[in-house]
Amino acid sequence: MENKREERKGAVLFTPYNRGQSIKKAVSMKRDDILFEIKESKLRGRGGAGFPTSTKWMLTAAATSPEKYIVCNADEGEPGTFKDRVLLFEYPDLVFDGMVIAGYVIGAGKGIVYLRGEYEYLLPSLEDYLEEMRKDNLLGENIAGKDGFNYDIEIRLGNGAYVCGEETALIESLEGHRGEARNRPPFPVTTGFMGKPTVVNNVETLACVTKIVENGGAWFKENGTSKSTGSKLMSISGDCEKPGVYEMPWGTTINELLDMVGAKNVKAVQVGGASGVCLNKSQFDRQLAYEDAGTGGSIMIFNESRDMLHVLKNFMEFFEEESCGQCTPCRIGNTKLLEGVNMIENGDFTFSYINKLKDLGQTMQVASKCGLGQSSPNSFISILENFKDEILNKGNGGTNG
Amino acid sequence: MLVVEKNALTEEIEGLVEKLGNDRSALLKILHEIQKKHRHIPDFAQQEIARLLDIHPVEVYSVISFYAFLNTEPKGRNLVRVCQTITCDMLGKKALCDAITREIGCNFGESTKDHKFHLEYANCLGLCDEGPAMAVNEKVYTKLTPEKAVAILNDIK
Repeated sequence: MENKREERKGAVLFTPYNRGQSIKKAVSMKRDDILFEIKESKLRGRGGAGFPTSTKWMLTAAATSPEKYIVCNADEGEPGTFKDRVLLFEYPDLVFDGMVIAGYVIGAGKGIVYLRGEYEYLLPSLEDYLEEMRKDNLLGENIAGKDGFNYDIEIRLGNGAYVCGEETALIESLEGHRGEARNRPPFPVTTGFMGKPTVVNNVETLACVTKIVENGGAWFKENGTSKSTGSKLMSISGDCEKPGVYEMPWGTTINELLDMVGAKNVKAVQVGGASGVCLNKSQFDRQLAYEDAGTGGSIMIFNESRDMLHVLKNFMEFFEEESCGQCTPCRIGNTKLLEGVNMIENGDFTFSYINKLKDLGQTMQVASKCGLGQSSPNSFISILENFKDEILNKGNGGTNG
Repeated sequence: MLVVEKNALTEEIEGLVEKLGNDRSALLKILHEIQKKHRHIPDFAQQEIARLLDIHPVEVYSVISFYAFLNTEPKGRNLVRVCQTITCDMLGKKALCDAITREIGCNFGESTKDHKFHLEYANCLGLCDEGPAMAVNEKVYTKLTPEKAVAILNDIK
């Protein structure tokens, strides 16, 4: 992999930045003022769920506890997502500075990066980077000359479990347990790592915080839509000339995006990874935004030659394997959905059974304990709905978008 | 397992516990180190870790069985994992896997007879823009062709 930082262009994250700049600014500000700037920016979680960052931070800042933690969720397991890999490899300054600022605002003494095991090759360079920050007094004691602000960052490796990207499962894993999601409430903001108040933020969210502290919330809001402010890193893969990570403002339509990456004869776009939805041609004018087609950044493009049933089967095999097995709707549900896909593949299905499976999918969305089971039926339902003529009617009907 | 091997393993685990701590949250770090060195976590190691962390051995086993990267049975020395997610699939994963299977003579999910390789599929390695991708131990290789993939494996001693 090569470092393309010099070539990348963007409005918010892919802009010049010097290490420590925002930390130095932050420690000269009052904690409440930083929280106000983040609230003003309307920053929402970049992992995909879109929870307002300022609310999460305020709740944790308000919790009374001698120990608090910042966790950076770098367990980027969603198929088709690789923006965090690029951020950690090329922009560690934005991510780690964001973690230090979070520690300052919330009053935490320790930050933990949960790096997925598949990215172990990034570890040596990240450890070296942290060592440099310690030398520059950006980590350690009395950071940037601020008396009493002591904070350090540790990197922990995951061990190949997709579900650990879910925040409570991630915390379980950090504590040395099986990565099974917890019941909520209580939420991590009051009862997180080791039972202490914990903020779990996506890599990109923390990088955004660094930029907001540097330039202010109003500046951040200049990009995007009224409900989805700022920009988003999109991981674009599949049938196009220029796959890769792009920064684009929220509100970009799928058509604009396809033009940008040189995608031709596109039949389908999967927005949000395997747990997202699959759109057909008639929906390409939709906007990428939390209020329309929301995404953690994964965009997979499929051209006319692709078999959508094969795509769906690949996704369902993934979920069947990655379901942690803790709750029944997800464990049994994903198995049944995969069985249904196999039935269609073998031409051995009835429409009434497929409709029952769609109902089952809706039950899973409501009844599963964590985000995995709640979102795994999305691709099943959307692909069978948007490409039903190709898959179920064998090309008749002609309404494939 | 010979007594000397057991003693060496105990000593190794004691060293790890001293370095990484003896509280529960150190468990995965310890398991990771053992896995990295031995390519699996033997029963005896599980018992020793449980003893030193003061938890039940079944707790250690339950954690190992949960994570894809941890295993209790020995595997080939070099772990080859080919990404099976749809984007790598579309870029020619099947041809890659067929070539590897032919060349080193074992199927995915198995180890070679000489224990040099273990073949596995992996879920998204996060290299979708540079697929098809493959990881050999901790290293990743991108934009592979069947020929390149086989050459990489042949270069491993």
